[in-house]
Amino acid sequence: METAQETLTAPAATETVNVSGSVALLEALIAEGTDTIFGYPGGAIMPIYDALFDYNDKLNHILVRHEQGGIHAGQGYARTSGKVGVVFATSGPGATNLVTGLADAQIDSTPLVCITGQVFAHLLGTDAFQETDVINITTPVTKWNYQVTDATEIPEVIAKAFYIARSGRPGPVLIDITKNAQIQLFDFAGYKPCDHIRSYRPKPIVRPQYIEQAAELINSAKKPFILFGQGVILGGAEQEFKAFVEKSGIPAAWTVLGAGAIPSDHPLNVGMLGMHGNYGPNVLTNECDVLIAIGMRFDDRVTGRLDKYAKQAKVVHLDIDPAEIDKNVKSTVPVWGDCKETLPLLTKAIEKKEHTEWLAKFNDYTRQEVEAVIHNELNPTTPEMTMGEVIKQLNEITKGEAVIVTDVGQHQMVACRYAKFNNTRSNVTSGGLGTMGFALPAAIGAKFGAQDRTVVAIIGDGGFQMTCQELGTIMQSGIDVKIIILNNRFLGMVRQWQELFNQRRYSFVDIQSPDFVALAAAYRIPGKLVDDRADLTAALNEMLTAPGSFLLEIMVTKENNVFPMVPQGCSVSEIRLK
Amino acid sequence: MSEAEKKQEFNITIYTENQIGLLSRIAIIFTRRKINIDSLNTSPSEIESIHRFNIVINEYEEVVRKLTRQIEKQVEVLKAYYHTNEDVIWQELALYKVSTDVIAEKVSVERLLRENGARAVVIRKDYTVFETTGHREETDNLINILQPYGLIEFVRSARVAIIKDSEGFNSKLREFERLEPGEEVIENEYLNQGEKVFTM
Repeated sequence: METAQETLTAPAATETVNVSGSVALLEALIAEGTDTIFGYPGGAIMPIYDALFDYNDKLNHILVRHEQGGIHAGQGYARTSGKVGVVFATSGPGATNLVTGLADAQIDSTPLVCITGQVFAHLLGTDAFQETDVINITTPVTKWNYQVTDATEIPEVIAKAFYIARSGRPGPVLIDITKNAQIQLFDFAGYKPCDHIRSYRPKPIVRPQYIEQAAELINSAKKPFILFGQGVILGGAEQEFKAFVEKSGIPAAWTVLGAGAIPSDHPLNVGMLGMHGNYGPNVLTNECDVLIAIGMRFDDRVTGRLDKYAKQAKVVHLDIDPAEIDKNVKSTVPVWGDCKETLPLLTKAIEKKEHTEWLAKFNDYTRQEVEAVIHNELNPTTPEMTMGEVIKQLNEITKGEAVIVTDVGQHQMVACRYAKFNNTRSNVTSGGLGTMGFALPAAIGAKFGAQDRTVVAIIGDGGFQMTCQELGTIMQSGIDVKIIILNNRFLGMVRQWQELFNQRRYSFVDIQSPDFVALAAAYRIPGKLVDDRADLTAALNEMLTAPGSFLLEIMVTKENNVFPMVPQGCSVSEIRLK
Repeated sequence: MSEAEKKQEFNITIYTENQIGLLSRIAIIFTRRKINIDSLNTSPSEIESIHRFNIVINEYEEVVRKLTRQIEKQVEVLKAYYHTNEDVIWQELALYKVSTDVIAEKVSVERLLRENGARAVVIRKDYTVFETTGHREETDNLINILQPYGLIEFVRSARVAIIKDSEGFNSKLREFERLEPGEEVIENEYLNQGEKVFTM
């Protein structure tokens, strides 16, 4: 194996080396630039793990505590690094444990290549031990999946997997490899990356006529409004986007996954869209005359009631995925294509403008929101702390430089609303799927993907308990993740809805927690409980300056609500401040 | 209600790679939205390794357009189109098994079969199998006719449809055989709203 390893890295064009499918797989991963794998071994993937034993110096394998943790770590890695996350799991339960993460990555367009072991090909369909129909289970939640039953397929299939995962609109790919293919020896002729599949068009061709039409609309608009999403980040088009915003002078608001594509304090960044977004962006959606949507998909949490959404506006929609155009909101001008290509063309075609009066309207709504909501949330007079003031204190220490990883629920909305982001790829959260339990493992992956950055996981007391076994992964890998648990002793978001819409019938939201600091200590992770405002800043500083991981449990108000809020079934302009 | 707003039959034509699991990947695009597939035919196209699906559903055009885009988005789908019944020439094949004795005894049966364009595929001592092709009403009609004479078994194929306006379809498809990407192939052709062919 050792000799094979030496020769394989730079094989001559005509030379072949006799290797196992497992070795070919690992060579393919290295050729694709993989440095970290999140995984968990098991019977059907043992030959791959046996080969991995000799690749310790090239591939850093992180042993997780549950396959769901593995895939969320892969997602976190992909989100901060911009690379493809790689995950290993065994057959049967190992593979089915990936499903939540696959669905999350599919809806949030995260590039992943997941390798699952499978029983021997001759056992397929016999209900063999740990056999499950992984390909069919994962079809709806993968961009592409494929079962390998012969080792000779491996180089080409892995090349395709990486190409599909990262090109066009990214997404998760799952490759299921039967045990016989992992063991089988074959003549490996070297690895060739894939750059074309005849049936697959990663992005549509840019149409000059749509650029022209879009520019005309933008130039004649009196009250134009930009909505941007993760497409800007996935396309690596942050600079192109900034140039467009600054030349056009148009106020721009972000979706949860778009946060950070432009710095939080940019004068034209007017805030967050959607159910718990900012007041101005929601209300003024129904007042603008031209809506320019960039790399976003008009999720129902962004649009509220669709038949009352921006009906007065002409819509310009820039998206790489043709299936997104006209899916939820009918576009006046569909600008098909990668925004990295379309934005510079559009910037060139538009006039330099300032929309001072229109922008002032946003600022006016911000003032109202500060008065009604933000001021009290960030500077509470109650004895108990609020989630918002914790985020505010964190901002003051990290100055917007940290990667913030959030779970799902009230703390997520508060963190997205108030956290400062100076840089792109800084907000890692489960957006479309809303997966509780995402944050802790995703933060581990996020740190491996951005090792020179501070990674802060902000998690609720409910979500933390869904994947808290990954504290073991932190312990063993020695990774430096700062963990903040915002403990309100409730499943807060559901409780908020029960309070507002179910007459305070608090049905099974009263969750009890263990002693989180003691739990961290059991994993040899230092921690601290903060239940007094006076200790907050010092505790945050202690956490951030600690040499490794640190867990801070912060007790916050039990029954605080996240506002503003667009109640379900209401129009964005019916957003409530209380 | 305008024509476009009414539910009607749509013929979805899909060209795909010949890949295990693709049928399931396409089928779940319908089932996820709780849309019933009325008819599904899949078979090799005139180009080796490329398969053609014909799917019939009863839906609003708006829904069908979105479905077709979701289908086209699948990695192993080369092209997807949709057409109304007016835009296609379509046929279904039906087989009818009837007792040979009955046909021999009753001259009228033979006349009825001939009138309905049926032809005998197999004639055995105990039974005869007839075949017709046509629209649903036509093949249904012959069932009703044969029922009183003791229809033993009946089967009908899925629909196959050929598109009226598909000049150059075959040559476009040949483009896919090329291994290197070409301008024509890369293009999402259905976005060309002006073109007659390859328009969704």
